[in-house]
Amino acid sequence: MNYPIIVDVTLREGIADPEGATIERALPALGFNGITHVRAGKSFRMNIDAEDESSALATAAALAQRLLSNPVIENATARSAAKE
Amino acid sequence: MTRIGVVVFPGSNCEYDALGAVSALGAEAEFVWHSATHLEGFDGVILPGGFAHGDYLRPGALARFSPVMEAVAEFARAGGAVLGICNGFQVLTEAGLLPGALQKNRGLTFLCQPTTLTVESTASVLTRGAFRGQELVIPINHFSGSYTCDDETWASLVAHDQIVLRYKENPNGSRDDIAGVSNVEGNVVGLMPHPERAMSTLLGSADGRVLLESFVGAPVGAR
Repeated sequence: MNYPIIVDVTLREGIADPEGATIERALPALGFNGITHVRAGKSFRMNIDAEDESSALATAAALAQRLLSNPVIENATARSAAKE
Repeated sequence: MTRIGVVVFPGSNCEYDALGAVSALGAEAEFVWHSATHLEGFDGVILPGGFAHGDYLRPGALARFSPVMEAVAEFARAGGAVLGICNGFQVLTEAGLLPGALQKNRGLTFLCQPTTLTVESTASVLTRGAFRGQELVIPINHFSGSYTCDDETWASLVAHDQIVLRYKENPNGSRDDIAGVSNVEGNVVGLMPHPERAMSTLLGSADGRVLLESFVGAPVGAR
């Protein structure tokens, strides 16, 4: 089977995020108020051939750990894109 | 004569400057394509600046998987002198050969300017010819140069004298003003500033010479 998977990569807690901070600062000027804790990240969408969804997720998690994220500063989570 | 290999990734763009600089200091230097699988015969290896593999995903993230990086890791383990400049520093952190990571600059601007650095440790292959506290004017040229690490890593850097260079005035938000770090042994060094672009007073500064002279004169094991 072929499973659609999304990997989300976000900066670890406590790691400065100049991109998120800049976006947050720009929001009031656009009329968006009361928005805090903006964090920028990346998301990757892919299809994975696997026996079942859990092994597809395991493959995605391994890929996320080894390539898609830098574990020194980022966290990565894999989720199914089919449920959306 | 000291033989220096300058690794060229698709997207490197400072390899000629690096080669020219160490050649001017008397080293015999040659390019090593990123598909090379061994580094025999070299006394030192430089990973130059640029945008290896387009810097896609993250700077250094894809370069880390180039075949030559296995050889660089092996060379480093054997005590060989390894220097990562700018993008080369990013590659070395991604490859796990140096601690920490390089993040986007605070302020989100590309920075291209002279910086004043302070030599913090002389126990690395890059700084053993300098003196502690020596100030050097060397240019930076980067977007992702903000050095980042967790508290534990930072404490370990301090404890093992691995903070090699600091910015006198922090341009990019680097933790603890860090401009360059080494591994514990001191034979692998990375820095964001470009010493190969500070080789002549005619072009602004010759302060890179003391660093690269240390490097080409320090082929094996710093400590």
